[in-house]
Amino acid sequence: MLETVIFSLLNGLVYGLLLFLLASGLTLIFSMMGVLNLAHAGFYMLAAYFAYTISLYMGFWFGILLAPLIVGLIGGLVERYGLRQVHQFGHVPELIFTFGVAFLLEEVVQFIWGRDQLAYNKPEILEGALFTLFGADFPIYKMFMLIVSVLIFITLFLVLKHTRIGLIIRAAVGHPQVVGMLGHNVPLIFMVTFGVGTALAGLAGAIAGPVLGTYPGMASGLGGIMFVVVIFGGLGSLGGAFIASIMIGLIQTFAIAIDGSLADVLALAGIIVTEETFMYDIWSTTMPQVAPLIPYLMMVVMLIFRPTGLMGARES
Amino acid sequence: MSNLTQIRKAENIARKKRLRILWLCFAVILVVLPLLATKFGLTILTQICVASVFALAYNMLLGQGGMLSFGHAVYFGLGGYASIHLMEYVGTGGAPIPLVLTPIFGGLFGLVAALLIGSFSTRRAGTVFAMISFGIAELVAASAIILVGFFGGEEGMSSDRTMGPSFFGYEMIPQIEVYYFAAVWFFLATFAMYYFSRSPAGRMANAVRDNAERAQFIGYNPQKIRLVSFVASGFFAGIAGGIFAIQYEIVTDSNLNTAASGLVMLQAYIGGIGYFVGPVIGAIVMTLLNTVVSGMTDLWLLYTGLLFIGTVLLAPNGLTGLIMMHTDAYRNGKLSTLVKPYLIGLIPLTASFVGIISLVEMFSHRNEQTVGDDVMPLFFMNIDVSTSEAWIAFTILSLAGIIGLRFTIPMVRTAWHEANEALTLPASPTKQEGAKNE
Repeated sequence: MLETVIFSLLNGLVYGLLLFLLASGLTLIFSMMGVLNLAHAGFYMLAAYFAYTISLYMGFWFGILLAPLIVGLIGGLVERYGLRQVHQFGHVPELIFTFGVAFLLEEVVQFIWGRDQLAYNKPEILEGALFTLFGADFPIYKMFMLIVSVLIFITLFLVLKHTRIGLIIRAAVGHPQVVGMLGHNVPLIFMVTFGVGTALAGLAGAIAGPVLGTYPGMASGLGGIMFVVVIFGGLGSLGGAFIASIMIGLIQTFAIAIDGSLADVLALAGIIVTEETFMYDIWSTTMPQVAPLIPYLMMVVMLIFRPTGLMGARES
Repeated sequence: MSNLTQIRKAENIARKKRLRILWLCFAVILVVLPLLATKFGLTILTQICVASVFALAYNMLLGQGGMLSFGHAVYFGLGGYASIHLMEYVGTGGAPIPLVLTPIFGGLFGLVAALLIGSFSTRRAGTVFAMISFGIAELVAASAIILVGFFGGEEGMSSDRTMGPSFFGYEMIPQIEVYYFAAVWFFLATFAMYYFSRSPAGRMANAVRDNAERAQFIGYNPQKIRLVSFVASGFFAGIAGGIFAIQYEIVTDSNLNTAASGLVMLQAYIGGIGYFVGPVIGAIVMTLLNTVVSGMTDLWLLYTGLLFIGTVLLAPNGLTGLIMMHTDAYRNGKLSTLVKPYLIGLIPLTASFVGIISLVEMFSHRNEQTVGDDVMPLFFMNIDVSTSEAWIAFTILSLAGIIGLRFTIPMVRTAWHEANEALTLPASPTKQEGAKNE
């Protein structure tokens, strides 16, 4: 039991911090531009593919370093030549545009790299177990992911709290128009924010590729959860996104670890559920089956009762 | 004053007459079209009917109500599942209901579902609404796998459309009968949706879309207005699901997941959300891409994505918007002046189009081929992708096309402006003189 708890805790933390890497970029972009970037997970996927290709020629470390930069650059270009054009028509066309980019990225990736999963592997130094507890291994690579995520989190925090750029960004979170009126080059800030945000997603993709798999479905698999994180945490709130990432990471891993169903609970109360019982499907559904559902349920409930999310200040 | 009202009245009568002719043409096309089609063509036509009803229903939200939904396939799918259950029930002797009425049942199911979900999701528009719809779609799609009793799990639910009692000798066994069944429902649903958009409820939906605050000041409750649109849209989406269920006799979770929801948004947007017929045009184009082009190339989804991004960036009013750009020129009687510049513009456009598509297809073929299989059919030719000649030739063709476009686009643009300008000139002679003096 203790073993399950400790490993779920660690895995949840790793997953949660990975989510935060994605969510932080998404939140930054949203804070600045008011656009929920539906293509964010697409950039995450693109970076994993780039990192794979670069790792073939220059090794894993260059892949991890260069892929986010390239993706950040592409993100900036998408903002400059795509999003900015649509911006004048309002938020709904912007959302639709980012949806189109997400759709296209998935197809482009299949066009260039094919439909199969790529053999994007971790380097030898990061292979193997860091420590063994109760006979189960904790891989070094997960610790590596943990460290990278924490480092990024600290850097982001320091930049936002202690630099001039951070000051402007924080100002824009609450009052985007005022920042423009104060004479800052808002289009440039937008482009850079979008680039940095997608680069963060790219970093997440480059380090997640070897463990979560590099395949065309990796964007849609994580994309939905990412929106849950930013909306649950509160649109535009980095702190909220952090809490929500960890929460959802933990909930997801614990739900998979607990093997039980409502039928088991009812059995404790002395009610035996059989296949003939009314709505047997619902009673017999196990926790691991429901696990992917929980985040969406959390998001919908949050949106109904508190559209600003846990710590957000605005709705759109 | 009375003169003016008389003119208005006459205009109104003329418009109504035009509209009646349009509806008649629509009906005639629906009746005649299948007589010219092959068996494969018939399936495509039926598919277009389903897709059009669904896209029109979707546009009640996005175009007319300003609500961006990422989960509207939920109501389509639920209507479909409900219809399959009705077909099973009738087929096993539960009730003697003619199955041609199935869509209405699917529609009612969609309506109830939309009422339940809309009661909380329509409180806000914009991003919050979009995200609630997305969350609900994920929830329902995941439940469709888990709850085997109603949804049938991964295999989905299937039934048989021929088991029910016949409807005046109409059994829906051959595809042509299925087509006419779908076409009748397409016509009825389109008719109803058109007059909904012209009704006070539809007009208020426009008002709330444009400015919810002002609508509220006049005394309307924006949430209620949105809910009415949402429920009506869910109803028609359910009808589309019902037609789908009869046509395919199977409904799976892929009919209500977020990918299906995304597809209907693509259809509506590519067609043009600002026009009533827009979604129909989008549905036709997308169904052709989905059936005809997908038979020719594996890359049809890539082309769909490019078409979509192109529409969003270059033609935000969709394909219908591109057509409607020419109404002024038509009224001026200057449409014929556009033919020549358009034809000239078409040459580099085709060149770049053929060149780029060929390069893309050749790249894909080189990646996916089995070893030694270098020759591929492309635009009625056999191209060897291992030699560099074909690559160079198509690269030159694309570049020449793009360079040509740089010259022709300004020309087409001026021609278009000239064809449209004349409209204002006779109406303001003083302005004309002023322009001369300058």
